[in-house]
Amino acid sequence: MSALSRFLPLSALLVLLLFPLLGSEYYVGLLSRIIILAIFAMSLDLLIGYTGLVSFGHAAFFGIGGYALAIAFQDASVIHLWQALPLSLAAAALAALLVGWISIRTSGIYFIMITLAFAQMFFYYFFESPSYGGDDGIFLFLKPVLMIGSEDILKLEQENNFYYFALSCLVAGYLLLTMILRAPFGKVITAIKANEHRVCALGYSVNRYKLVSFVIAGTLAGLAGFLEGAHSGYINPSYMSWHESGIAIAIVVLGGMGTLYGPVVGAFIVVLLQDFLPSLTEHWQLLFGSIIISVALFLPRGATSLLPRILALLRREKSEDASSEEDPLEKTDG
Amino acid sequence: MELSFYLVQLLNAIQYGFLLFLVASGLTLLFGIMGIINLAHGSFYMIGAYLAYWLTGVTGNLWLGILLGLPIALLVGYLVERFAISFLYQRDHLYQVLLTFAMILIFNELQQILWGTDVHGVAIPEILAGSIPLTENQSYPIYRLFISAVCIAIACGMSWVIQKTRLGMMIRAGASNREMVQSLGIDVNRLFALVFSCGVALAAFAGMLASPVDSVYPGMGENVLIISFVVVVIGGTGSIKGAFVGAMLIGLVSTFGKVLLPEMASIMVYALMAAILLWRPQGLFGRAA
Repeated sequence: MSALSRFLPLSALLVLLLFPLLGSEYYVGLLSRIIILAIFAMSLDLLIGYTGLVSFGHAAFFGIGGYALAIAFQDASVIHLWQALPLSLAAAALAALLVGWISIRTSGIYFIMITLAFAQMFFYYFFESPSYGGDDGIFLFLKPVLMIGSEDILKLEQENNFYYFALSCLVAGYLLLTMILRAPFGKVITAIKANEHRVCALGYSVNRYKLVSFVIAGTLAGLAGFLEGAHSGYINPSYMSWHESGIAIAIVVLGGMGTLYGPVVGAFIVVLLQDFLPSLTEHWQLLFGSIIISVALFLPRGATSLLPRILALLRREKSEDASSEEDPLEKTDG
Repeated sequence: MELSFYLVQLLNAIQYGFLLFLVASGLTLLFGIMGIINLAHGSFYMIGAYLAYWLTGVTGNLWLGILLGLPIALLVGYLVERFAISFLYQRDHLYQVLLTFAMILIFNELQQILWGTDVHGVAIPEILAGSIPLTENQSYPIYRLFISAVCIAIACGMSWVIQKTRLGMMIRAGASNREMVQSLGIDVNRLFALVFSCGVALAAFAGMLASPVDSVYPGMGENVLIISFVVVVIGGTGSIKGAFVGAMLIGLVSTFGKVLLPEMASIMVYALMAAILLWRPQGLFGRAA
């Protein structure tokens, strides 16, 4: 299993790296969307799957990452990546710090609702502010570029460039979260999920750990929002709506929470479903909703939890074959 | 002039608060007694409004429409509880959020299949169609007063059922200690199915009552849903009194907010909630966890 668990992500990464060579721009764009959502969902998984905080307002930080890019560089003649990216991350981190500082005092249903309430506040703020385009949002006519001197190194305008940039963000986010979770900090937050009172009794400042986790997750969501803004050249309040927060939760659970690859798989499933189901029927939300319901009822650990089960089944069949071969021998012995 | 204008606003605020109370009281009971977070509650409000529109169209009479619609709403509630919600009582809130979120998608789609995407109106019944003049150019529609009156009656009825009857005793006991109620031999499954169906019927009834005042349109339940959650959280989960106070607070803040500070109105409601939770994390009338 451990060989397999190392082999699978690497081969998946290899496929993703080689994919643009197939040359279908539509699918590269689609894959970029998947990667953006995967980063977003992975950040939410840090809260839901590891820290035990069910945030129902995570889309707010996604939106803020995008809006920070759009507002700051609306009229710029060139968008420097090294300016735009840190700005988006800082904006999302600051918002997460503020929201988290208040929200983590509550727990359970109250936490779900207060995170939702904050997301709604941000939503309405942008929805009703004429200076930021209201419900039409903001268009960006330029894409970020990375320049050294006057030389363009990386233009995100080209679909393939953007794709590789997003992919490296996903890998970086994945590695960063893996490191965080292996560090003592990660042990503490997973312990908080398992038993908050015990961690508290051990002398850890539970709220501080929760807050740091919340800010990390918010910042990563801001990264995803930045990528979305840079990819579509467009940001509007609906990116922050509670529907998006709900979809993000669906992605995490569909893929498998409490694993970092789960949300990535979930993003694939959800985007591909959203791409494929409308071709079946006009009323595809009916199917989409039913799929989410069945997962919530019957597959609480998500799609990735199926893999070990399938492997175990295969292995058992193999060993059964082996034992049935051994049987006649035993009989002759007897 | 000034005074009567504020009087009209005040009456509007109260009427809005009462409607919110109908939706939120169901929600808060589901939270408090069953430990269920139900995002689909707004969909039930929408279903109520569409049932009123449809059945009023068929029968030509809003009263008949409501009378026929209520059993349908009860049935919908019962089916949803039996075939979906009842599996999730022991699970984390996360799954309840996910399941009921998916239900919103499904109900929205069903609504589009059954009734299309057009905006509809429901006529106010003739007896209540007039309005009461307040000053020369200000008057107040009777139907809105009627909504408030009906809601007061329901609120009183609910408080009577919950405070004075055996059923209410079980509900209160269920809210404070579910396991104990179970061990005393009360069929919790039946109790939960009943409470859930009644909550759904209340939300649907609110939608029916509101349908002549607001128009009937796709997605109408979602605004109500989020605001009702705010009400429940402000009031404290499981507390009917809290839901009432919360609903009135939100009714006042959002109605007067729209008049006095139109561009900040939507934010103010959420800011109020954040402020109250900062001060009392368990809500105004909630028990500390």
